[in-house]
Amino acid sequence: MSKTRSNVLPGFKLAMGWTLIYLTVVVLVPLSTVFFRSFTLTWPQFWSAVTAPRTLAAYRLSFGAALAAGTINTVFGLIVAWTLVRYEIPGKRLIDVMIDLPFALPTSVAGITLTAIYAENGWIGRWLAPIGVKVAYTPLGIVIALVFVGLPFVVRTVQPVLEDLDPEYEEAAATLGADRMQTFVRVIAPGLMPALLTGFALAFARALGEYGSVVFISGNMPMRTEVAPLLIMSKLEQFDYGGATAIAMVMLLAAFVLLLGINALQRWTGSHLEA
Amino acid sequence: MEAPRMLPAAASRPGRSTPQDPPLARYGLTAIALGFIALFIFVPVASVFAEALRKGVGAYFAAISDSEARAAIRLTLMTAGIVVPLNVTFGVAAAWAIARFEFAGKRTLMTLIDLPFSVSPVISGMIFVLLLGVHAPIGGWLYRHGIKIIFAQPGIVLATIFVTFPLAARELIPIMQASGMDEEEAAIVLGAGGWQTFLRVTVPNIKWGLLYAMVLCNARAMGEFGAVSVVSGHIRGLTNTMPLYVEILYNDYQFVAAFAVSSLLTLLAIATLIAKTALARHVAPAAPARENNAAGSRLAA
Repeated sequence: MSKTRSNVLPGFKLAMGWTLIYLTVVVLVPLSTVFFRSFTLTWPQFWSAVTAPRTLAAYRLSFGAALAAGTINTVFGLIVAWTLVRYEIPGKRLIDVMIDLPFALPTSVAGITLTAIYAENGWIGRWLAPIGVKVAYTPLGIVIALVFVGLPFVVRTVQPVLEDLDPEYEEAAATLGADRMQTFVRVIAPGLMPALLTGFALAFARALGEYGSVVFISGNMPMRTEVAPLLIMSKLEQFDYGGATAIAMVMLLAAFVLLLGINALQRWTGSHLEA
Repeated sequence: MEAPRMLPAAASRPGRSTPQDPPLARYGLTAIALGFIALFIFVPVASVFAEALRKGVGAYFAAISDSEARAAIRLTLMTAGIVVPLNVTFGVAAAWAIARFEFAGKRTLMTLIDLPFSVSPVISGMIFVLLLGVHAPIGGWLYRHGIKIIFAQPGIVLATIFVTFPLAARELIPIMQASGMDEEEAAIVLGAGGWQTFLRVTVPNIKWGLLYAMVLCNARAMGEFGAVSVVSGHIRGLTNTMPLYVEILYNDYQFVAAFAVSSLLTLLAIATLIAKTALARHVAPAAPARENNAAGSRLAA
């Protein structure tokens, strides 16, 4: 790794100047409008907007569905990463490439496709309907859309850590008489923990703000299947900018707390790798 | 780290004494992983094409060559054509400052660069409505001078710049860190100018990284839906990008057309993944750092 220090290279002022100007104009000034606009609300206005029953239901649904999707992605993401790193499976390279599809596919495409698949006459929905499981236009559909958009995070954070894991520790554990399950729980899992948590937090954060893939499959019924980003959208469409801003403010604060947490987690993951 | 980074192939050394999972666990986990990937990746992709071709090839081509579809494709290409060069230029500047110099607040700067990734797409669009909408001070002033930004194409470009803002910088910073600066310092010491050094030494060193950043930024710029949806106003033939046009067709019950346009976006996504994989090999030295900070996995975060 090269060391960076003050050196003979020119261009610091130009590069730094452009970085700061562009960052300020394109990101910081627009983002600050949420704060300035919400300061124009009186406290009762703000409070009634963020604690209205419809808003609280939307928060509950957003956080709950994101939590469920993040958990599902953590469990299955670990299994997928484990399978890709440790086993020889047919089509491994293709699968490895396609894992990132949810990042590359526009969310509106994901939304209408998942809705078509899970509708009552869809490829999967038609098998679920007879046993009484409804997916499209229910909270379950929202969770499925969120699992889709968050799928790559856990796989991509766990995969490199798993590849770097030194098999010597496992060999030592086996030599000392541990069975495979004990080795996994006592030797492998602790090393994977930071990466798993990071992947979970990334998937959760992504799911919390997700709009495109959810809007089609959720049906958008207030109090029942309306997530917070959808509520913001419908307030904007009614030109209730104050209400939209207040709800957005709460979502932004949650997102920033998550961002700080993820940064701390990643430093932890990094220190684990160097150790 | 004293041991070299292990290759994936070496990790599963079947001949050695590395403990293997029992066969039952191996087959069980493989089945679960394949089932999960099939369900969430391959079935949706197959479904897009099946739905698009449901009424035959003729209906498919009619849908994607419709004049509104062509207008949407044009607007999408135009938007990406403006956004990608701007954000990649910013990415290079940020990477030069961060990977080549030491300064206070570097970590804060990197967190700020990452900010747009953690903002919900709807909020990413909303902030531009609040700032530049007709009812906002700046937007109102511009409107009285005949400049319309929200519910017009400039708004779409701005929202797209915001959501793709961190991508290029996050890719280029580790690549530039890994490429080191010995060659650049040598060029400067030997009397080359700053721009000369940049064009003759730096750019050739990071050219694959640049291409990689462009591919990622382009895919995200063309595919953005939520943020663009807020600022677009959905004016047919005028402010509809391809992902927005998909929504309009779908809500109009024109399912075949919606999936036909979707199939183009799906092909773009698959082409992006292939290009990304091919390019990743060339930017390999920076790969571990990139994957560890998971920036690489944030293509559409």
